Amino acid sequence: MNLTLKIWRQKNASDKGKLVDYKISDVSPDMSFLEMLDVLNEQLINTGDEPVAFDHDCREGICGMCSLYINGEAHGPDRGVTTCQLHMRMFKDGDTIFIEPFRAKAFPVIKDLVVDRSSFDRIQHAGGFISVNTSGNTIDANAIPVNKADADEAFEAATCIGCGACVATCKNSSAMLFVGAKVSQFALLPQGKVEATDRVLNMVKQMDEEGFGNCTNTGACEVECPKGISLENIARMNREYLKASLKG
Amino acid sequence: MALDSKTPKGPIADKWTNYKNKIDLVNPANKRNIDVIVVGTGLAGGSAAATLAELGYNVKAFCFQDSPRRAHSIAAQGGINAAKNYQGDGDSTYRLFYDTVKGGDYRSREANVYRLAEVSANIIDQCVAQGVPFAREYGGLLDNRSFGGVLVSRTFYAAGQTGQQLLLGAYSAMNRQIGRGKIKMYNRHEMLDVVKVDGKARGIITRNLITGEIERHSAHAVVLGTGGYGNVFFLSTNAMGSNVTAAWKAHKRGAYFANPCYTQIHPTCIPVSGDHQSKLTLMSESLRNDGRIWVPKNMKDVEAIRNKTLKPTQIAEEDRDYYLERRYPAFGNLVPRDVASRAAKERCDAGYGVNATGEAVYLDFASAIERYGKEQAHIKGLNENDAVLVKKLGQEVVKNKYGNLFQMYEKIVDENPYETPMMIYPAVHYTMGGVWVDYNLMTTVPGLYCIGEANFSDHGANRLGASALMQGLADGYFVLPYTIGDYLSDDIRTGAISTETKEFEEAEKEVRAKIDFFINNEGSHSVDYFHKKLGKIMWNKVGMSRNVKGLTEAIQEIKALREQFWKEVKVPGVNDELNEELAKAGRVADFLELGELFAKDALNREESCGGHFREDSVELDGEQKGEALRNDEDFAYVAAWEYKGEPSDAILHKENLEFNDIELKQRSYK
Repeated sequence: MNLTLKIWRQKNASDKGKLVDYKISDVSPDMSFLEMLDVLNEQLINTGDEPVAFDHDCREGICGMCSLYINGEAHGPDRGVTTCQLHMRMFKDGDTIFIEPFRAKAFPVIKDLVVDRSSFDRIQHAGGFISVNTSGNTIDANAIPVNKADADEAFEAATCIGCGACVATCKNSSAMLFVGAKVSQFALLPQGKVEATDRVLNMVKQMDEEGFGNCTNTGACEVECPKGISLENIARMNREYLKASLKG
Repeated sequence: MALDSKTPKGPIADKWTNYKNKIDLVNPANKRNIDVIVVGTGLAGGSAAATLAELGYNVKAFCFQDSPRRAHSIAAQGGINAAKNYQGDGDSTYRLFYDTVKGGDYRSREANVYRLAEVSANIIDQCVAQGVPFAREYGGLLDNRSFGGVLVSRTFYAAGQTGQQLLLGAYSAMNRQIGRGKIKMYNRHEMLDVVKVDGKARGIITRNLITGEIERHSAHAVVLGTGGYGNVFFLSTNAMGSNVTAAWKAHKRGAYFANPCYTQIHPTCIPVSGDHQSKLTLMSESLRNDGRIWVPKNMKDVEAIRNKTLKPTQIAEEDRDYYLERRYPAFGNLVPRDVASRAAKERCDAGYGVNATGEAVYLDFASAIERYGKEQAHIKGLNENDAVLVKKLGQEVVKNKYGNLFQMYEKIVDENPYETPMMIYPAVHYTMGGVWVDYNLMTTVPGLYCIGEANFSDHGANRLGASALMQGLADGYFVLPYTIGDYLSDDIRTGAISTETKEFEEAEKEVRAKIDFFINNEGSHSVDYFHKKLGKIMWNKVGMSRNVKGLTEAIQEIKALREQFWKEVKVPGVNDELNEELAKAGRVADFLELGELFAKDALNREESCGGHFREDSVELDGEQKGEALRNDEDFAYVAAWEYKGEPSDAILHKENLEFNDIELKQRSYK
């Protein structure tokens, strides 16, 4: 395949940035999207140009490091995958592909396609944990039976990889799906109930301070989430938040 | 220097308890005056950082990713072992210990492995308390599955992403401490050297990967939890950023590097599709619980499959060679990884590979789908002889167990594994070798510790499935927090370590010089050009099967490639910016040294053991004919290499392995 790429180039956080055109040929449909960018970068290095910076690491859809807004969609046109799992067979010979960074006030661009998602970490610092010491003096694991349905639902919420596609997709740049998933994981488990009140209040407070927008229930986040995290998690977080506010 | 493992005396089952009773402790008020650096935030580093902070030490933690949650432990799929014996199938601490030593082909240190087995049960308790959502049965209790090389079900799991769930547990424990100010987290920082003061590790030099700033960080002790070096092969299941640099810098500062040739080639990975390939993807070993591995019996079927005139599902049962079941009736498809990988290579080398490259075998779920389907039909009172219904019900069960893996496979290969068998081939996955550590997990540099995959200690020459997660968390949560305290108890009066000393200055200068070299070198080839070449040499000559000729050639070729690298490498851009090529150049420079030591170690070890298979050391006859042949008389030792400049000058130190609690035997899975 031969393709035209329109890639966002931005030297650093203070640079204005612009889309730059690149031609790439002999792309195999079996390549992943990032392997296609590897080939482009190899070309750029060989011609003395600066390669395109993009985040990536595990390249198997689990670390959450890769991002990219491809043709107007977070992680590109396929569903249930991250960019590193997106394959070039999703595109046609002659296509023009727009490649931009995830855009949100709380995700400032660092360079080219790389953004700063440390705001997600700070939300987790505020309450994304159960305050149990790691000393090993806990009760036997099977002393806390958990109903399988709840355990499975908690697991589904916990599959969030923290990539930020939900934020990038949302017209309000809301992080409610991300925060809702963490709040839900713990709210569904008996171990998480003890600190439920503080957790949801603190995480939501931090989320607001980071400059994420509000949720207007368009559901775009759920569609673009590579792990299929459900909107129900937002509803559950809202219930938890209401409960906590009444208590508080 | 003689290698002293510092293993405590006494019966194996009492060693750890006695040790803990006798070590020096640091009182809580003094812990506040002691700083510890932890490099790497995977299961080992993350759990260590959280626990040390909780105990009261001031922790500085470093990772090269944009968040500690992204360390490559996250990619572990199948599960974590623990001797809980929840299934009542005869498991015990001793049995886990025994399986691990045997699985490692009798090349690990007994006392370390016993301790690992001993603390394993506690890991599960800990993780459940943290809210890790393990798979459960309908009664609400934890579910188990079985893994290769063992006869019990002791693996706890969270669908196909146990690694992510455990890492998020450790990450959450870190977050709690970051929130309290006890951990200072440095994301997107790469460690580029260890700094020694008066012979002790007292700090590190890092590069901020965003700004290029070179920073000095001091502490009373330094802990490396920086993972394995599988990327020396270029293609592996490791993350793109996984590297040996931290461990290698430690090696250059005096830490011995042990058993570099022990590398695990994982049997079930998606085969290579072309030259553009940047990494390989693992399909969890747990799939071997239900998948049967085979190739066609007849060459004409192999050819028809390659010509695409025949589909694998059209080959009759009697024309299939389920070679693992045939060769190893006792363990069948669940033989350990090294055995399964070599068996796949043997069939493919004999010409029976089932894809265009000839390097693939089938992993088939049809029997499991039928078995589960019938079971479900029976439970639901439906017709067990309705093939369509049975298939549907069976597929649902398989989807519940392995759904995400099947989806991953389909996205990469573009074939539906519910309908047609998966194609798999071995790929580099894990490195058992690593920085040498004693029983305290301390390297040969005082105050420098090494935990998790980065050290060499627990898996011998081959690691059993679901044991990497166990070791990472055991080291970080339960072992290091004790052993490091014993060392730090001498430092309560030391006070803060200054970074304004000549040792820090010199280390920083060296780091800067190397960066300047890369930026200013007017080379002609990219970093990847060299990395790929190195990978090819490693895979072809230091890969799944090794011989004297190949290894000798590899040593020469790697040396020549390294020289070429330093002349011709081309790094675009400048230092003061996010410059991935610059970061990669430093990592590949270290791989080019490690690769040679790796081959040298493989050449030295004239025996076959675990993942290290020497063609000149096989059983010549009898039931085990063709199987790997160990040589306990001459090689029951850990090969720990001391850095002396060029890898070829490295000096070998031996730690003799004593087996008092397990009898040394030929490892048989027949």
